[in-house]
Amino acid sequence: MALKMVKGSIDRMFDKNLQDLVRGIRNHKEDEAKYISQCIDEIKQELKQDNIAVKANAVCKLTYLQMLGYDISWAAFNIIEVMSASKFTFKRIGYLAASQCFHEGTDVIMLTTNQIRKDLSSPSQYDTGVALTGLSCFVTPDLARDLANDIMTLMSHTKPYIRKKAVLIMYKVFLRCPEALRPAFPRLKEKLEDPDPGVQSAAVNVICELARRNPKNYLSLAPLFFKLMTSSTNNWVLIKIIKLFGALTPLEPRLGKKLIEPLTNLIHSTSAMSLLYECVNTVIAVLISLSSGMPNHSASIQLCVQKLRILIEDSDQNLKYLGLLAMSKILRTHPKSVQAHKDLVLQCLDDKDESIRLRALDLLYGMVSKKNLVEIVRKLMSHVDKAEGTAYRDELLTKIIDICSQCNYQHVTNFQWYVSVLVELTQLEGTRHGHLLAAQMLDVAIRVKAIRKFAVAQMSALLDSAHLGAGGPQRNGICEVLYAAAWICGEFSEHLQEPQQTLEAMLRPKVTTLPGHIQAVYVQNVVKLYACILQQKEQAAEPEAAQDVTQLMVERLPQFVQSADLEVQERASCVLQLAKHIQKLQAKGVPVAEEVSALFAGELNPVAPKAQKKVPVPEGLDLDAWINEPPSDSESEDEKPKAIFHDEEPRHAKPRPPEAEEEELARRREARKQEQANNPFYIKSSPSPQKRYQDMPGVEHIPVVQIDLSVPLKVPGMPVSDQYVKLEEERKHRQRLEKDRRRKKKKDKDQKGRPRRHSMLHTESDEDVAPAQRVDIVTEEMPENALPSDEDDKDPNDPYRALDVDLDKPLADSEKLPVQKHRNAETTKSPEKEDVPVVEKKMKKPRKKEKKHREKERGKKEKGKEEKEGEDLDFWLSTAPLPAEAPAPEEPGVDAVIAAAKEEGEEPRGAGQGDEDGAEDAERNPEQKSSKHKKKKHKKEKEERTKDKKKPKKQQPPAHVQLLPPRRELLH
Amino acid sequence: MIKFFLMVNKQGQTRLSKYYEHVEISKRTLLETEVIKSCLSRSNEQCSFIEFKDFKLIYRQYAALFIVVGVNDTENEMAIYEFIHNFVEVLDEYFSRVSELDIMFNLDKVHIILDEMVLNGCIVETNRARILAPLLILDKMSES
Repeated sequence: MALKMVKGSIDRMFDKNLQDLVRGIRNHKEDEAKYISQCIDEIKQELKQDNIAVKANAVCKLTYLQMLGYDISWAAFNIIEVMSASKFTFKRIGYLAASQCFHEGTDVIMLTTNQIRKDLSSPSQYDTGVALTGLSCFVTPDLARDLANDIMTLMSHTKPYIRKKAVLIMYKVFLRCPEALRPAFPRLKEKLEDPDPGVQSAAVNVICELARRNPKNYLSLAPLFFKLMTSSTNNWVLIKIIKLFGALTPLEPRLGKKLIEPLTNLIHSTSAMSLLYECVNTVIAVLISLSSGMPNHSASIQLCVQKLRILIEDSDQNLKYLGLLAMSKILRTHPKSVQAHKDLVLQCLDDKDESIRLRALDLLYGMVSKKNLVEIVRKLMSHVDKAEGTAYRDELLTKIIDICSQCNYQHVTNFQWYVSVLVELTQLEGTRHGHLLAAQMLDVAIRVKAIRKFAVAQMSALLDSAHLGAGGPQRNGICEVLYAAAWICGEFSEHLQEPQQTLEAMLRPKVTTLPGHIQAVYVQNVVKLYACILQQKEQAAEPEAAQDVTQLMVERLPQFVQSADLEVQERASCVLQLAKHIQKLQAKGVPVAEEVSALFAGELNPVAPKAQKKVPVPEGLDLDAWINEPPSDSESEDEKPKAIFHDEEPRHAKPRPPEAEEEELARRREARKQEQANNPFYIKSSPSPQKRYQDMPGVEHIPVVQIDLSVPLKVPGMPVSDQYVKLEEERKHRQRLEKDRRRKKKKDKDQKGRPRRHSMLHTESDEDVAPAQRVDIVTEEMPENALPSDEDDKDPNDPYRALDVDLDKPLADSEKLPVQKHRNAETTKSPEKEDVPVVEKKMKKPRKKEKKHREKERGKKEKGKEEKEGEDLDFWLSTAPLPAEAPAPEEPGVDAVIAAAKEEGEEPRGAGQGDEDGAEDAERNPEQKSSKHKKKKHKKEKEERTKDKKKPKKQQPPAHVQLLPPRRELLH
Repeated sequence: MIKFFLMVNKQGQTRLSKYYEHVEISKRTLLETEVIKSCLSRSNEQCSFIEFKDFKLIYRQYAALFIVVGVNDTENEMAIYEFIHNFVEVLDEYFSRVSELDIMFNLDKVHIILDEMVLNGCIVETNRARILAPLLILDKMSES
């Protein structure tokens, strides 16, 4: 034995340890992959040895390689070997490797159950701790079921270190094994009032996560959390609790009312930005839940908006971002209070940070009104010009469309203006959102009848200029707009001024370079135009002109017949034949216009996208019923292979020698693939070549020749939306004058008393802005007797669904967690357990029994308690103006927070860890005074230490936290 | 909940990775390169929060090393931002003036520190002394 040990340590001297490996990799920068594969070979040799120290060292190195991207799942069994080492130094290496690479699909994991159970019940708290930590990463449903009871027992461990970890692991256990939730819940609830703040915080964390998914089951805990919130001084915990309340308030408005006061107090008092942000968020949630808009809460919303304004105005970009994020939540319910800060939001549009600009854009969406839409869009358009060639510009474009089209074009008063904006946007180069613009054009032209004439004129200009076609056939490129333009010109051709010209534009040879689906629309709409022209010519009695048009069609259509696109080809040959037929008729002098127009008779109406879904199933129709006799199960099973491969099967059964070679080849190929897959440096075929191209670094260095455009990009004859701004102003002014005049008249009639007050009345409201032209926006059609309900389908595979169980119901016997028999633990007893004092072991048994007994009793008690609790909650909530006893404990609680926060001072912006120190001190010396004293002293020291590093606000590391390069230089 | 915790240097080399939800090894490298790329593309003037796929990245830069934490929407961004600094302070205390090499050479120990601070995607401990206690005991054990 001893000899072996010595031999082992000698062996180890020649092995590389982790440090050598890291150094080696750094020294082999040129042939890193080769060096590492060499190392892996060495590691494989090491793993074959019996010495556990060697194995642990090998596994430690593997963990490093795994981080670099190498698959180490082949060593899973060795990892388990190291996990079961008796020495903690080795065991932890095993658990670390396991936590990094094991997952539910790892098959050897089932071998670990007993080992983990043994470690969980180990007398050393660190053994237990490392097992719990590891378990949190790789717990499988099987492990969760088998170990749930063990972990639950650990929740009442004597050491807070273990309790804390056990509580947190329970969350993963619940997810993997939902049956464990109900039996374990009472104990989890107990832990909310654990004397140790760490355990308490862990329990809050777990319940917060659980409640987020199924809030209604946790409503009964609200009073307890309320107590915690008003008494805790730990900002980390406070944040979680406040977040939890944010999830609960939508279910219980009374809870919200109760929360407002302590939360606003916190907002006023706290210096930690994270906490402030959380409070504001929850206050917003509360105010949303109190949708009835109670007047006395306008103060709190005002407070929130004010605080957020401070955040947004801060020079720290992080705060700015969060401020805008929270502001957008307020916007949904209280747009008025946010609209007052439009200046600030517009200012953020100029920010250097793109994410802040995007947030500001989100806010703008809710800020527009009839009055300011034109102005805001103009501002956005100017940003569009500035932001050339970026993803941000695309974002701007979608936002402009979103803003204008929201709520059924609620804010658009002048559709001519809107169409001009859309046309102006088509002049953007390289946007991906051509289809969006196209959809908008179609929507507006179809649904706003009054605008059709204008729209058709614009669209024909677009078709005519056709600068859009030059972009090449990029999908979703700006040429998509032509799809809409062609359709609008065709469908509403009666509004065209110069149909002949448009027809010629649509038949240009250049059109054939457009994407197929656009060409198809061209072909179809050419016929509509053609029909329209025929009619005009025949009415004007110009048969020759009509024949010329037909001639044009017959000449130009063959270019589409030759198209590679099936759709284009098919449509074009049909239309060509039609044109030829008409030509014959025309030669005979037969009038054809009527019949050709009949092809497109009738009007197309917009249909709501959801219409199909809303058609109710007629009575007596069962969609799931079989139409024919269902095939029997036994038949269907072997039917498939028989039907298709019946003939081949016997051939396959024969052993064929050449196939063996193929197999061998396939095997080798597979092996090679495997090897390549394991090597992260091997460039694999990426799923999307385009993406890779984008990701390539240094694309910017490719020289781009600047094209000198002597011709201005502005399309002649195109409207500029800016002109409408002026027009709009004038129109408004006129309207105002008229109104004033009317009012004056009225006034004169009424009385001539108070002329001054009249001018005060001069406030503009949304209603004052009358639309430029009478437009009726056609609503989308819905099927008759469609159901109004809008059921959102929930995902049946949601793992949190299983956790939606009634937690207050008393436990049934069948639900109890399976308790591991002791026999099992004893048989797996290993040598290292022998040094455990015997007394300990003896103690354990009765203790467990006791616990069980206690649990049973608790279960009984619970029954009675449940009903009481339900009433308690009601009582607690119904005391809307806080009851006399309630404020007493509350106020000092909040004050304590203030005091702590003020005293702290040193961590002004974060969830202070100073609080943590305080909590720790409090734990050690229950007397408040001494702890306070200590704290102060502690703080002073800390303050001095940290003074210099607190100043730089962002990203700059404190002076002494530099990751220093000098040492690295030494090693080079 | 924290989804992953990464330490990546400017060259894109991962120095520490911890995933609190299983991600396939092949996807990890891809994710890590994407993450560091989006961090590198940002300047000092930009905020430290990035909306990335369906989660949020919160990062801080220390010399050439980025610490990036991926969280879901239930986490308080500011708290995580402070937490990263807290983590670096703990490392600094243990390694006394921590450098990138310390982290590479002592990967297992850094993992112990991180495991003491974050468990199951939740922040469990922020007190320096308590975080380092198990590690110090371990060091004593291996010395003897």
